[in-house]
Amino acid sequence: MAIGADDPRIIEFDVRTDEMLVNMGPQHPSTHGVLRLVLRTDGEVVSEVTPHIGYLHRCAEKIGENLTPKQWIPYTDRMDYLAGMNMNLGWALTVEKLMRLEIPEKARHLRVIIAELGRIASHLVGMGAYGLDLGTFSPFLYAFREREKILDLFELACGARLTYSYLTIGGATHDLPPGWLKKCEQFLDQFVPVIDEYHALLTTNAIFVRRTAGIGVLPAAMAIDYGCTGPVLRGSGVDHDLRRDVEERYTEMYDGYAFEVICQRNGHYPKDHDYPPVPSQAVLGDCWHRFYVRMLEVVQSVDLVRQAIDRYSTARGPHAVPVKLNEKLPKGEAYLETEAPRGQMGFYIVGDGSPIPWRARARSSCFCNLSVLPEICRGCLIADVPAIVGSLDIVMGEIDR
Amino acid sequence: MSGQAFVERLKQRFGSGIRGAQLEALDPWIEVAPEALVEVCTYLRDQPDLRFTMLNCITAVDYFEPDPKKAAKVGWEPHLELVYHLWSFQNKASLVLKVMLPRWKGDVPGELPEVPSVAGVWSTANWHEREVYDLSGVWFVGHPDLRRILCPEDWVGHPLRKDYEMPLEYHGIRGR
Repeated sequence: MAIGADDPRIIEFDVRTDEMLVNMGPQHPSTHGVLRLVLRTDGEVVSEVTPHIGYLHRCAEKIGENLTPKQWIPYTDRMDYLAGMNMNLGWALTVEKLMRLEIPEKARHLRVIIAELGRIASHLVGMGAYGLDLGTFSPFLYAFREREKILDLFELACGARLTYSYLTIGGATHDLPPGWLKKCEQFLDQFVPVIDEYHALLTTNAIFVRRTAGIGVLPAAMAIDYGCTGPVLRGSGVDHDLRRDVEERYTEMYDGYAFEVICQRNGHYPKDHDYPPVPSQAVLGDCWHRFYVRMLEVVQSVDLVRQAIDRYSTARGPHAVPVKLNEKLPKGEAYLETEAPRGQMGFYIVGDGSPIPWRARARSSCFCNLSVLPEICRGCLIADVPAIVGSLDIVMGEIDR
Repeated sequence: MSGQAFVERLKQRFGSGIRGAQLEALDPWIEVAPEALVEVCTYLRDQPDLRFTMLNCITAVDYFEPDPKKAAKVGWEPHLELVYHLWSFQNKASLVLKVMLPRWKGDVPGELPEVPSVAGVWSTANWHEREVYDLSGVWFVGHPDLRRILCPEDWVGHPLRKDYEMPLEYHGIRGR
């Protein structure tokens, strides 16, 4: 006997589900700072996500118009505060481009050491916090244990542990102290075997794989359309890394270094490291791949630091060329993007002949990476939203500037 | 393709839509007329030999000197510049477009200058244009959802304008 929709035995018929607006954040532990998401939900399914940002806005660009470039360096620290060194580097290179300043060889290799250590430290937080988002606490502690050692190294080099202002226009504020390289090598030797622990804790963890594989799939064309960069773009299989491509002023830093851009080509990741295989549930461009790219970049950065130490120890010359605090800027404008841990961090400067820039602009990588969120969250479950936000690895300080 | 040949090609295609170019600059740029902007951008994105598929950044620069003594010496008329940084994965090449706008529409202070939105060409532009509108005060015609993004919705003024004045007070919070 067929049952019609008006049959009294079907009690669900009258249970209507309405759309509901759920407010997530700005004070929510899994939104990485002060991000507010408004979810339009139908039961557990999210039909629309609207990010609201700006809670950390300080108008750093306006401040930049009132300070000399060297004075603005501490403000760049506070953009992506988990990778302050890489922010310093981006701004320093942009100003050097405008001033047509060549930096000594030693400073070049010093910058590679510092920038790649910064990348490792940043990815460790990204990894640990991602575990936290998905409900596992221990990877966070393991990640911070190792990050602490990098911060110790940075403290030895410049005295600060979070906001460094170390890499500056013309090179770095100080040379590396005696014995620093040895300490750095000791750290790397100790760090490499530990990476396997991370893979055991997360990458190959069955729960982790089920929470991330096939979730939040970002196709390559959409990633490019939304201006996504860094591990988010490479996780979608786009072979693009500013350290190899684009502008000479930045790529010359990595001239002669052997490294391969981490992304999946023809279904395979580069084969020069030992790491667990891709699980069968994972789809290119999903949360798992974005996470995996970061993990492989950590291994690669270790390799780059080792190469840089070799070069640095044989390089001659000073660690910086002197640049006055109120050095006059030439008339003109310069735009430069660097490969920061979270994507392409761009700086734009307009000089008018005075020591203070007419315009200082920061193009944030996370800003663009976050803008794709409404697209990839459409139709996912509420519980998947933190997993997707976490996989984008955003830092609100950089988005809001 | 050399810079000159490229500019000639665009000029042939768009005529007065291409207003000029500065090829000696550190980052060479091409000036586009506001009314031709969407057409030029679509062309740059879709031509099989160009494929500028990524928009890196949109910046607005306010050229205005509030100090009349200094203003006599600056060498430019007050105006707003929009700078678009594009990138082509295929050619590994970047391109800079500029659009010159008056500071105020019809020179009436407070009336925002208008420019067509390129959010339909690159989705990146959606948030970037909101940011430019918020901080520099440019109205993007045809933008799907043009509202403030970084400042609160009830904020007054556009902070990156050179004649912007910090508010004395905002919801009981003292400014200046």
